[in-house]
Amino acid sequence: MNTRFAALFVWIFVISLLLPTCGTPAAVAPSQAKEVKAVIGFTASQTGKLNVESTRQTNGLNLWMKQVNEAGGVKLKDGSVVKFESKFYDDESNSARVQELYTRLVTEDNASFLISPYSSGLADAAAVIAEQYGKIMITTGAASDSTYKKGYTLVYQAYTPASKYLTGAIDLLKSTDPAVKKIAIVHENDKFSTDVSNALNDYAKAQGYEVALFEGYDTGTTDFAPFINKIQEVAPDAILGGGHFQDGSTFAKQLYEKKVALKFVALLVAPPEPTFAEIGEASLGIIGPSQWEPQVVFNADSAQKAGLSFYGPAAADFVSAYKASANGEEPSYHAAGGYIAGLILQKAIEEAGTLDTQAVKAVLDKMDVMTFFGHIRFEAGADSHGLQTGHSMVYIQWQNDDAGKLVKEVVWPAEGATSGIKYPIR
Amino acid sequence: MQLFAFLIDGLLIGFVYGIAAMGMTLIWGVMNVINLAHGPIIALGCFGVYLLATQLGLHPYLALLIVAPLGLVAGMLFYRLAIQRVIDAPRLSSLLATFAINMIVIGLGTAAFSTNPRALDVQLGSLSFGPVTILGTRLVAALASIATAAGLYWFLYHTRPGKYVRAVTNNRAAAELVGIPSQQVLALSFGLGCMLAAVSGALIATFFPFTILSGDVYQQKSFVIGVMGGLGHPLGALLGGLILGMMEGLLPAFLPTTWVPVFEFVLFVIILLVRPAGLFGGKK
Repeated sequence: MNTRFAALFVWIFVISLLLPTCGTPAAVAPSQAKEVKAVIGFTASQTGKLNVESTRQTNGLNLWMKQVNEAGGVKLKDGSVVKFESKFYDDESNSARVQELYTRLVTEDNASFLISPYSSGLADAAAVIAEQYGKIMITTGAASDSTYKKGYTLVYQAYTPASKYLTGAIDLLKSTDPAVKKIAIVHENDKFSTDVSNALNDYAKAQGYEVALFEGYDTGTTDFAPFINKIQEVAPDAILGGGHFQDGSTFAKQLYEKKVALKFVALLVAPPEPTFAEIGEASLGIIGPSQWEPQVVFNADSAQKAGLSFYGPAAADFVSAYKASANGEEPSYHAAGGYIAGLILQKAIEEAGTLDTQAVKAVLDKMDVMTFFGHIRFEAGADSHGLQTGHSMVYIQWQNDDAGKLVKEVVWPAEGATSGIKYPIR
Repeated sequence: MQLFAFLIDGLLIGFVYGIAAMGMTLIWGVMNVINLAHGPIIALGCFGVYLLATQLGLHPYLALLIVAPLGLVAGMLFYRLAIQRVIDAPRLSSLLATFAINMIVIGLGTAAFSTNPRALDVQLGSLSFGPVTILGTRLVAALASIATAAGLYWFLYHTRPGKYVRAVTNNRAAAELVGIPSQQVLALSFGLGCMLAAVSGALIATFFPFTILSGDVYQQKSFVIGVMGGLGHPLGALLGGLILGMMEGLLPAFLPTTWVPVFEFVLFVIILLVRPAGLFGGKK
């Protein structure tokens, strides 16, 4: 009897040990699925000249993370569920800080994936670290082409590259007034603005424009009087260039105050920002390239027409969620760029079904998808691996609505325009 | 005519540079102290006007009249706290003391205001003749600079404390022998220098965006102007400011604008080598 009891006890013990290992992952209730944390590491420019754009980018990224975690995370092949956790530091808008902080994110904070800081210069500095430590980094707020020509294999660009940033403005000018042939290019002397302006200069010349002035100004310039005097000396019909928010808005303001007679002004970065309108009448007519605008509609229909699948939220859902999370502030393209960086990563992890870097990289290399931000596809070749090849720019212009209030309108490309162009601007 | 537009813009900003440099050179001349806190005090002048205008709704030019005495008091306080103890020590000590003030102001300013750019929207219209457009804000800044310089000269030459300042500048020991309270005069002089820095910052805020770090650029220019005009020679500083402003205005007509600082600092070195007393005379 005692022997049978002992044998029964042994059998029960053995079966109880084996039970948890039986069954498939699908059989496990979602609430019991193993939860895995994936740390998303990045730096934000909480201080310094890039603060405005960087804060919006971070807000967008945080919104993505909140939504994906609240929706239950991303399910992996092994049945576990990934929930994301952010780890970030203030880079002070300083590239020297970026490398130190990204190293820390990888080595001390064990970041699984990286998102770039805002701006091409800072993202370029971070890309070296991502590659060195074998971490995938989605760059956003960083349009410079040159980062992707350095042989990196794990860095992927969400934005339209700088070489295509202002070329559409030339197409817009040509379509609006083919008689105009003389332009001036005045740009910030940083990496991104210089890349954009060099590409613009080549494109404008190829299109038959005379570039009467091509000059850079130092980062942090506040007095544009010497440039404005030079502009008046060569009397161009159009000015293109700029750099970032602070210098772009100051430049536009001083052009207005100095009563420079111009037909067309297109500047980088600053005009699409909602706060650009704070310079008042000086903003009227100023055109800016934008990676994305809330009015632009990319949805399942447009994806189907393009022969692509649609992934993620619709633009209207993103806009309303962002407004709710940012005290009613309308999302700029920087905010959308932050969100899309997370969404790209989510799509890649979902398809790969694992957090393994090489598996996620393989999915990213083949990614070809439509999102609310537009078409996302990366160059997979070695020459410029990771360069964005799917996405394209839209151009906004500040105009007065019927009530005389300053509003942003999409004026190019024609098929996505919400209004005709105001031309000449003064 | 277009060259005239370059010149006018340069001269107008040159007056403001001149006032900033007068503050630095006054302190240099009276007490042989190179004030490395000059830049942050200029930035504090910007923020003083900004806060009074945005928080209390004062007109920026009215706010400037409040910022000026605040700059004087802050300068006297800095002197009592950091400079007085090292005024007779080797020159490196006072240099380090003012550098410490610089770091403290920048640190506190960054914590309080961050380094996000701020701007005041002051609209005074403009005057146009031909290709030349003079902005009202810059014209007022130039006129305010001239008035400030005139006020300083009246103070130095027609008031008793002003004469004490000149006496201490000439010979501190002799001034003390005739009963001039030299420590109070030195505190007053440091306060005056800081007041001029704050006034120049307040004027800059009416037409340029700024951050707590913006003063550094004007501090560097003040060094160049101080050497050019002659150390301890306030009028020389004003004239030096005009020369620097003129260079900044005219050189871009012939060269890429990024070359301007190169020329400014080459001039700085040449003057130090060839005429260390400055173009208008002063301490070597």
